Amino acid sequence: MTEQTAVPGTGVVEDKPDAAVVRDALGVGVAVGLSGFAFGVTSAGSGLTLMQTCALSLLVFTGASQFALVGALAAGGNPLTAAAGAFFLGVRNAFYGLRLSQLLALPRAVRPFAAQWVIDETTAVALAQPTRRSVRIGFTVTGLTLYLLWNLTTLLGALGAEAIGDTDAWGLDAAGPAVFLALLAPMVRTTTERAVAALAVLLGLGLLPVLPAGVPVLVAALAAPAVLWARGRRRGSAVEDSAREGER
Amino acid sequence: MSVWIAIAVTAVGCYAVKLLGLLVPAGALERPLVRRLAALLPVALLAALTAQQTFADGQALVLDARAAGVAAAAVALVLRAPFLLVVAAAVVVTAGARAMGG
Repeated sequence: MTEQTAVPGTGVVEDKPDAAVVRDALGVGVAVGLSGFAFGVTSAGSGLTLMQTCALSLLVFTGASQFALVGALAAGGNPLTAAAGAFFLGVRNAFYGLRLSQLLALPRAVRPFAAQWVIDETTAVALAQPTRRSVRIGFTVTGLTLYLLWNLTTLLGALGAEAIGDTDAWGLDAAGPAVFLALLAPMVRTTTERAVAALAVLLGLGLLPVLPAGVPVLVAALAAPAVLWARGRRRGSAVEDSAREGER
Repeated sequence: MSVWIAIAVTAVGCYAVKLLGLLVPAGALERPLVRRLAALLPVALLAALTAQQTFADGQALVLDARAAGVAAAAVALVLRAPFLLVVAAAVVVTAGARAMGG
């Protein structure tokens, strides 16, 4: 969601002042934390109660999965199908954890507590830091700011949605897809990524009228292995071709 | 009740994968194919979700005010607007289109 800020003047990266790390972390934490409003409103508008909306932000705490879950439930999806879509979106956090684990070097006892904060934004801030000390400060400040604000704004958004009633009249049903688009945009750079996105859109929309709610998204996820497999095959045959060329 | 089941399953699943990343030894998930798949999975899911939440009305496909709103968000993204502005553009344009459409 956030672009990693390049560190200019690389000569002095060794001792990046703590204040600068805190400033970076607060900037990301506040900006993204405020978007909890959008989630609170969307979730309440989807028919979830205040308790359910707040439980999602407190316990799930990974935005894309939360939006996906309330969207699938609003569309009338089976709870387990809806949860599966949200879960698959959360799988990327395991790979963030792998990178962070090496950089943070946390004692094993602390890891279960740090785990809840392993998300897009904390990873982006932490990976941009030059030293272990600044990685730890960046991760902690971003995580804490974001966790507090995201939950506070979720609560306020849900209360606000209940107060204004018909959220669709205010265009708030467009917040969910706009959030997804904003998360997707920086991920779609290479031809492979574009092919996966295009195939997923085709599958997601094409199967919508024929499969039960929530299932088309799971089928669309297969666009990722399908495109990888197709490219692997093409590359495989290209390698064979060049090998044959070499023999001549 | 079924909503709470969905919330509980999602919460446990999402926490488990976060913790998994911190606990497993480096290298266990570092195979190139696994990494590439993990990077592409959100692309597929987010693209499908964006399209569905823009064009779906129940199980029918429709073109309504949301499409204008999401198009406005896309323009905002191309112009490198900050995250909140992108979402705000979608909401405002959708509300405006709906108001004009009656």
